[in-house]
Amino acid sequence: MDMSYTPEEQAFRAEVRAFLEAELSPELAEKVRLDRDLTKADMDGWHATLNARGWLAPNWPKSFGGAEWNAVQRHIFEEEACAAHAPRVVPFGLSMLAPVLQKFGSKAQQEHWLPRILDGSDWWCQGYSEPGAGSDLASLKTKAVRDGDHYIVNGQKTWTTLGQHANMIFCLVRTDPDVKQQEGISFLLIDMDTPGVEVRPIILLDGTHEVNEVWFTDVKVPVENLVGEENKGWTYAKYLLNHERTNIAGVGFSQAGLAAVKRVARAENHNGRPLIENPHFAARLAQVEIDLRAMATTNLRIVSKAAAGGAPGVEASMLKVKGTIIRQEINDLARRAAGPYAMPFASEAVEGANDMVPDPHDAGPVAASYFNNRKLSIFGGSNEIQRGIIAKVAMGGGR
Amino acid sequence: MNFELTEERQMLQDTLRRFLREKYDTARRNEIIGSEAGMSPEIWAALAELGVIGALFTEDQGGFGGAGFDIAVVFEELGRAGVVEPLLDSALLGGRALAGAGRDALVEQVIAGAVHLAFAHGEPGGRYDLDHVQTVADGNRLTGRKAVVMNAEAADHLLVSARSGDEIGLYLVDRSAAGLSVQGYPLLAGGRAAEVTLENTPAQALGLGLDDIKDLNALAIVAQSAEALGAMETATALTQDYLMTRKQFGRPIGTFQALAHRMSDLLIEVEQARSAVINAAGYLETDDRDLFLSATKNLIGRAGRLVAEESIQMHGGIAMTQEYELAHIAKRIVMADHRFGDTDYHLERYIALCVA
Repeated sequence: MDMSYTPEEQAFRAEVRAFLEAELSPELAEKVRLDRDLTKADMDGWHATLNARGWLAPNWPKSFGGAEWNAVQRHIFEEEACAAHAPRVVPFGLSMLAPVLQKFGSKAQQEHWLPRILDGSDWWCQGYSEPGAGSDLASLKTKAVRDGDHYIVNGQKTWTTLGQHANMIFCLVRTDPDVKQQEGISFLLIDMDTPGVEVRPIILLDGTHEVNEVWFTDVKVPVENLVGEENKGWTYAKYLLNHERTNIAGVGFSQAGLAAVKRVARAENHNGRPLIENPHFAARLAQVEIDLRAMATTNLRIVSKAAAGGAPGVEASMLKVKGTIIRQEINDLARRAAGPYAMPFASEAVEGANDMVPDPHDAGPVAASYFNNRKLSIFGGSNEIQRGIIAKVAMGGGR
Repeated sequence: MNFELTEERQMLQDTLRRFLREKYDTARRNEIIGSEAGMSPEIWAALAELGVIGALFTEDQGGFGGAGFDIAVVFEELGRAGVVEPLLDSALLGGRALAGAGRDALVEQVIAGAVHLAFAHGEPGGRYDLDHVQTVADGNRLTGRKAVVMNAEAADHLLVSARSGDEIGLYLVDRSAAGLSVQGYPLLAGGRAAEVTLENTPAQALGLGLDDIKDLNALAIVAQSAEALGAMETATALTQDYLMTRKQFGRPIGTFQALAHRMSDLLIEVEQARSAVINAAGYLETDDRDLFLSATKNLIGRAGRLVAEESIQMHGGIAMTQEYELAHIAKRIVMADHRFGDTDYHLERYIALCVA
């Protein structure tokens, strides 16, 4: 048992920190810290900065142009990036589609699509969920029918994150309706400029536009855009879901969030004393910090196991559940700390509203973030689904 | 013991519920929230005509209710429909303050829906402490700043608390008074508020002090708690309905025990919340008032958070969308914890009152 980072890992952390200091603009970091909507240009710019340093694809093998960091290095990067308020790297092309292409794609697909992900030529979004297929993803109905050199796709996807910026979407589609649900699904790459593709915005409860519906009406997709074998899409999807669950614990986000709550609670007064000294508030804060410290170590345990080549299994589900509970609890503390000033609404939709809305102690839109982050325990396999997985592993399929 | 509503209150409840069901659906309300004024003059006039404002005043004050249970009945229905019109601030806090000061003519206009008011008491840095007043009254001139004042932009008059020496008093300020500035903004859960600054602003003393402000705050806690209760009832009804109709894995998701039991917990908490509101309304005019108000606001805060979060979670993504009713309702429930003292504030106060 040795809980310290190796000298190499410490040197790596210093390198990451120096990079962030030099390359992350204070304006962009401030937008991230205050949870403002980032523009496509903001995100593209940050991707380009990382790509120039060779750090855009930490999880890719070097042979594909990645950094090939191990899990501990990735963890260190995440931690430093969150602390510095760097934008989150948009994961759809980089850490969701790319691993699938690298493992199951044809050489031609790898050579065409992977460089375009790195240099920003393509913005990918994910076409998984449907109105009738959420937690029960395998019941998806969007169908693709082979017609010569093409598939004809009809159906609807939903909760498509940042689909408004995307020019490409990877989709799970039903290619065989007559077999067991999981066995009739294929994995298709679809150009969103194809006639018949329509993106409709979904406005969330905090007024933000981050998800969309994507409709397909007789969309022609060339057969070379099928990944792997027809009807094997579910296998690839499961492989992808495992990659979606890297950095699932969100330790870095929670640490940054907790630091922000403390800053506000030190500035805010209650009965003439700083709120952070109030026994009830202090107890709540301590409780979540205690949980976070333990989870950070759980995360490192799993991370170093993965670094040594072990694949995270049920532990990833555990981290998802605990990690989201902790992040949401920190969001709750943040809104409490702001008191009555949690009520004003700085809406990106209202021009100039951000300047009108009072924000004592620079707390940011704490209540809007509290509501927006209810999504954490819903998306990427809801916490109920994760608990089901844990129970199944622990008790052998018994519910 | 009799926990039934009186015939009059039952009628009021039925009328108001029917009106809001017909005239205040999700689409209409989202339109109102998105409008410049953040409220609807037509809805306001209709509520006044239905007697909803009058029900918040006693007969002596020109109304036909005014007791804790009248307030609770009205605000439970407003909460059920997620109403964003400022009845709590304009009619209840503002109107009852004027009634307490004997301004009968103005009160009459309030009840008729012809006058809007704002209650400007909280200040930056004061959080929920009622005696935190740094606005200064120099004779009949006020100078200071008030925080998150609901309905300040639309108000014809503002009721402003200010300190003169050791005494805190309530003053009436005309919306067009010199030195008054109002910087408005939208609120996350709908409606509008403003930062209000007064610079040597002329005002009339109303002859009301901190004790009167505490009495008004007590009415507001009953109203705010009842509103949260109504919203919680809508949240649980929507969730119940969704669990019975939404199918995944070939069956309604409510048939999964993991969800069914959590639904049951919400129903239990809503019953707790209902009793807490009854306690607050029922003990409003007794010596135990403050103890029960704090108990109620604390319980509502805890139960409200659970109901809002669990309702969203059990729905899944759909509940996160602006066009689905629950999204707004959940915001109303949680934001109710940011007025008149939050869960922690009232826990502390409850402890202090028990020890005293």
